[in-house]
Amino acid sequence: MPDRIYEVFRMERKGQPLQHAGSFHAPDDRFAEAYAREFYARRHESAALWVVPRSAVTTIEDFGDELDTSYRRVDGYSLKVRLREARRRVAEGG
Amino acid sequence: MSARADLLLELADDELILGWRDSEWTGIAPFLEEDVAFSSIAQNEIGHARALYELAAAELGTTADELAFDRAPDEYRCAPLVELRRLEWARTIARHWLYETADAIRLEALKGCDDIELAGLAAKIDREELYHRMHAEMWVDRLLGSDEGRAKLDEALVELWPYALGVLDDDLRPELVRRVEDRLGRTMPAAEPVRRGDHVAELRELLEEMTSVRRSAPGAEW
Repeated sequence: MPDRIYEVFRMERKGQPLQHAGSFHAPDDRFAEAYAREFYARRHESAALWVVPRSAVTTIEDFGDELDTSYRRVDGYSLKVRLREARRRVAEGG
Repeated sequence: MSARADLLLELADDELILGWRDSEWTGIAPFLEEDVAFSSIAQNEIGHARALYELAAAELGTTADELAFDRAPDEYRCAPLVELRRLEWARTIARHWLYETADAIRLEALKGCDDIELAGLAAKIDREELYHRMHAEMWVDRLLGSDEGRAKLDEALVELWPYALGVLDDDLRPELVRRVEDRLGRTMPAAEPVRRGDHVAELRELLEEMTSVRRSAPGAEW
């Protein structure tokens, strides 16, 4: 019978970011609310819940890297060697 | 026994026996999510029973466990509605909804009573029952949403109606009739309430099973 999947995001303490907690099946939003309360808040372990039908989530997982763009990443260059070199030059009075 | 202890045992026995009956669905409910949710509701009911037994026990000079497990079947004061064994989902939902509707009326009355301890406990219990009512209402709507569901729910409600009437006393019963008829948009058949004390046969079986572990080691500290 349950024909929809819901994703639950949970805030453990007020002010903290919501984190993905899990997912479950439910026939509609009302059942989803009731189940989320039972599964993620029964022991007062959550300050807030987001209950989202999975169909409302846009998933992106194809991140092409055809032309090597590693230079855009912070780990693109090794700064270690350059820093060591710079420090040495400063120490030697430049 | 005082009228107060009597009332506390009525309430506690209702919650304990209903909690037990609902827990019979654990592992075999229609789908996994409902299994977890309904088991959780069953546990809540048993938790309410414990709190009520503790109030009664303080007055009677005994313990909650002794009240819950050591009485003779005839001494239980639960309404026959909660005693029935009906492992069929439409009947389970019908019983759940009828009980929650009756219980809400009873708790509203208790919250306003002069007994501060009892009124306080009723308020506490009612805050949890709110979610049980939410659960019962969403299931009623779900069943009413299809012809097959409506027919099954209707049949179950009519079958259980005389039992539901027996949950409340003469003062509160008319309010139950009003709420049920308003919600369903139909008149319920006139019926003689199945009253407390008229235990159904399957209660004895339930008590036999429920107390078996405790009886296996009389006087043990668990």
